[in-house]
Amino acid sequence: MIQYNKMIFELSKKDRVGYSLPESAFNHYSLSELGNDYLRVEEPNLPEVSELDVLRHFTNISNKNFGIENGFYPLGSCTMKYNPKINEEIAGLRGFRRLHPLQPVSTVQGALKVYYELQRILSEISGLYEFTLNSYAGAHGELVGLMIIKQYHESRQDFKRNKIIIPDSAHGTNPASVVVCGMEVIEIASNKRGRVSLQSLKEAVEGRDDIAGMMLTNPNTLGIFEDDICEITKVIHEAGGKMYYDGANLNALLGKVRPGDMGFDVMHINLHKTFSTPHGGGGPGSGPVGVTEELEKFLPNPRIKKMDNHYFIEENGDAIGRISSFYGNYLVALRAYVYLLTLGKENLKLVGPYATLNANYIKNALKTAYQLPIDGNCMHEVVFNGLINKDNDIKTLDIAKRLLDYGMHAPTVYFPLLFPQAIMIEPTETESLQTLDEFINIMHKIAIEAKEDPDKLKDAPTKTPIRRTDEVFAAKEMIFSYKDYLAYREERDQ
Amino acid sequence: MFKYFPHTKADIEKMLKSLNINSIDELFNELPASVIYNSDYDIPSFMSESELRNYFDGLNNQNKEMTLFSGLGAYDHYQPAIIDALTSRQEFMTSYTPYQPEISQGTLQYIFEYQSMIQTLTGMDISNASMYDGATSTAEACFMAASISRKRNKILLSRTINPNTIKVIETYLKFKGLEWDFIDSKNGITDLGDMKNKLDDDIAGVVVQNPNFFGLIEKYEGFSESIKENKSLFIMNADISTLGVLKTPFEHGADIACGECQSLGMPVAYGGPFLGYLATNKKYVRKMPGRICGYTHDLEGKRAFVLTLQAREQHIRRSKANSNICSNQSLMALFVTIYLSTMGKEGLKKVNELSYQGSHYLYDKLIETGKFSDPFKQSFLKEFTLETSLSHDLIQEALLEHNIFGGYSLKSFGDQYENLINFAVTEKRTKAEIDRLVEILEGLS
Amino acid sequence: MSKILEGLYYSEDHEWVKVLEDNIVLVGITDFAQAELGDVVFVDLPEEGDEIVQGEEFGAVESVKAASDLVAPVSGEVIEINEDLVGEPEKVNEEPYEAWFIKVKLSDPKELDSLLNNKAYKEEISE
Repeated sequence: MIQYNKMIFELSKKDRVGYSLPESAFNHYSLSELGNDYLRVEEPNLPEVSELDVLRHFTNISNKNFGIENGFYPLGSCTMKYNPKINEEIAGLRGFRRLHPLQPVSTVQGALKVYYELQRILSEISGLYEFTLNSYAGAHGELVGLMIIKQYHESRQDFKRNKIIIPDSAHGTNPASVVVCGMEVIEIASNKRGRVSLQSLKEAVEGRDDIAGMMLTNPNTLGIFEDDICEITKVIHEAGGKMYYDGANLNALLGKVRPGDMGFDVMHINLHKTFSTPHGGGGPGSGPVGVTEELEKFLPNPRIKKMDNHYFIEENGDAIGRISSFYGNYLVALRAYVYLLTLGKENLKLVGPYATLNANYIKNALKTAYQLPIDGNCMHEVVFNGLINKDNDIKTLDIAKRLLDYGMHAPTVYFPLLFPQAIMIEPTETESLQTLDEFINIMHKIAIEAKEDPDKLKDAPTKTPIRRTDEVFAAKEMIFSYKDYLAYREERDQ
Repeated sequence: MFKYFPHTKADIEKMLKSLNINSIDELFNELPASVIYNSDYDIPSFMSESELRNYFDGLNNQNKEMTLFSGLGAYDHYQPAIIDALTSRQEFMTSYTPYQPEISQGTLQYIFEYQSMIQTLTGMDISNASMYDGATSTAEACFMAASISRKRNKILLSRTINPNTIKVIETYLKFKGLEWDFIDSKNGITDLGDMKNKLDDDIAGVVVQNPNFFGLIEKYEGFSESIKENKSLFIMNADISTLGVLKTPFEHGADIACGECQSLGMPVAYGGPFLGYLATNKKYVRKMPGRICGYTHDLEGKRAFVLTLQAREQHIRRSKANSNICSNQSLMALFVTIYLSTMGKEGLKKVNELSYQGSHYLYDKLIETGKFSDPFKQSFLKEFTLETSLSHDLIQEALLEHNIFGGYSLKSFGDQYENLINFAVTEKRTKAEIDRLVEILEGLS
Repeated sequence: MSKILEGLYYSEDHEWVKVLEDNIVLVGITDFAQAELGDVVFVDLPEEGDEIVQGEEFGAVESVKAASDLVAPVSGEVIEINEDLVGEPEKVNEEPYEAWFIKVKLSDPKELDSLLNNKAYKEEISE
């Protein structure tokens, strides 16, 4: 049914129903009592379909998606590891799903224990003092972390510190978060080794008294370790700033390095990357924020704490404030906790090494056909700059699209921005040698096709539910709803 | 060996050999020795699947599933069984943000359908693909207003907005360097006169909530006219479920509609994951945060959906982006889409009708006890607030004993709400449950 | 090869300036800039009467995959904007030197001297 192409609205038939609701027990009351001052005039245009219609519709469109269980998903920077089923089973338990967020703490001790224990485990793994789980996603965590840094400076009556240093290889969320937090970005260039240039960094902070801090991901977005990290943190700390660790690439470090030990003061963790919770087609994620003891009091409210085997909720007057309606994406945190207990200390420490082994294996096997801009060992991911052989004008996009024809997801493309034809491959530790070899073979095959039969790449993909899309049409016509679509069709048919 | 790590010893040896090294540790040789962590994490040992089940059953038992008569941002509505069946499909659940449209049409299409449903419920022109929750979507709406107005830097917030939402907005505004002030309430409703007094050249936007914190439905007569005259933006936070029957933000003259979608098919789930929506006029589309899905076609002319207007977003625009939002709550948008497909317009109307009937029955019964009174005397839909001289601790204790949660004492939101107690009744509450609640409260003194 | 016209002034930010009469100029983006951006889908322009300042942003041009700020090559008052571009932004790709963005009344005509001529701009983009 890959050719299925209906919208749910197109299945609608007046008076068909898909719901089941109880009969009214209080017929002497009626909503119409509210009258026209309060009630909407026009009915919403929602579909009227049967339950089986709904099931078939969404099952059919789901078949046009590619999930981790369909095949290899080497999307760099996104850590597309296996999302365990036991996580889902536990998150489905009624005792967690059916708790109201305002229930008295005596009735939610199990839920609070999950939160508290997860905070403890994250602290231990990251080498930071305390965590909040209230932040909803990585970018939200960045914002909260920056708020904490700003609040820290202001609590010391140091109001001029509003500059955050960010390397040019950083994720786009970093500079965006800085601006949302009301601060300014100082961007510094990477050196030839693809790392932060210590000299540029020193020049950037030289003589300044307005440095609030620096955001860094390590390994960086090229998948390589910032080996000057101790000097970098020293420069920033001496300039009076705080170090923020973007935890997007934390997977590489599990079992090997703790961000706190590198001198970072604040960080976020993407539970949907490192700790196996599903990406959900773009969320819900979870972006817990960890801080040093000095910054603990600035963590957002509410806080989950423990005293004598009793878990409780606390508000703190020094906190940056509140950043979520309740306690963040609770069921996502629960899944991550299940994952951490499944691995335990014995297995968690193998995640970074295996992920790193897999990435280096791919790097080594592909560097004869794809241009490797930075030599040396990589960590959990490897970045190539397109094909070595640039004949036939084959772009990274063509390679990515051709991979889809071979039943694999494309790597991240055109990021980081340092290399014009960047292809970023992150295999993760849950992939087998067979899968890696299969991927490597296909990538070599594509390199040969690029030389011998370039149209195969330029026309790709041809075996997917749809082919390349007209993005200019989408941006110009701006059809964002079924209503827009009907209006567009009417105009077109006239 | 461990079930999530497929490498055998032989595999590892083969890989090491190809890399010309003897151990995985050698891959980390370039790392400074001082940062290498040589100890074992001080965390629990691994658990087998059956041990995990036992452990979490134990925790599950320390949670109490209660009969919910409380709302305040998380409502106990009915969830059709097919929502879980469909949202747990790995094709939806495990995929990434749909950056490769050729193999992401499932996600892109439901986002388009979600946007369409938010559009028709709010009456606004366009919706984005989702925000984290109702509070953060309202904060982002304030940023949008400031950005659209260019030079204005102040937001007016109605006192009848949920205090938790206000706190989130305050945090966002404070750090961004924007200012805010409050509009007083009169009889539980935003006071038009006070708003008019406070509208001036600094005001970028005015934020209200409908139904408000107390559960009351507001009319906003004269609001949009005054706000437009002042060239400010009217931002309305509304519980999306109620928009199945209530006057839409569009009909109220709002420029931005935003709020919480939890009531459309999501469990209360101890507060998350939920989903914020944000909808506005087409002329403001480029000031809108977050992802937007648009309709198009592929090169063979087949219907297709893509993420569009991405140049507004952080991964392209970096420090110039409208917002830093990246991952949102996509899968929760699928909850909404399936819920609204299943309920349809009649089902959603009926949910509101049943909630209205149940809440008004409870309201009348409580007033009849003589122990509760209505300080506001305004219209409401599924949630209402009463005054009582009964001790709130006593009420909570008595209800707890019977496994009932709510009425909720609003005192915990601030001393100004002392004596106020809030009730919510959804279509799930039966007559027997309501009678029981009344009986318990009636017996207190 | 990007097209570069003689007789126009150019900025390092890839804008061209065409002098119409005393102190009145048109501003647009160069052929090189439109090619780098790809298909233009939106042009964000200032309002008539706005003051623009050399070196500061006055608007943005957006393609499917990128967005670029428009940096004012000169200072002055915006006396007209090219409304046609709102409905037909593709004109920026089709005829970059016809698709002007704004008409400006210069506040300091000497600023033109700080801009590049066609030869210097050609060198600039071949670097």
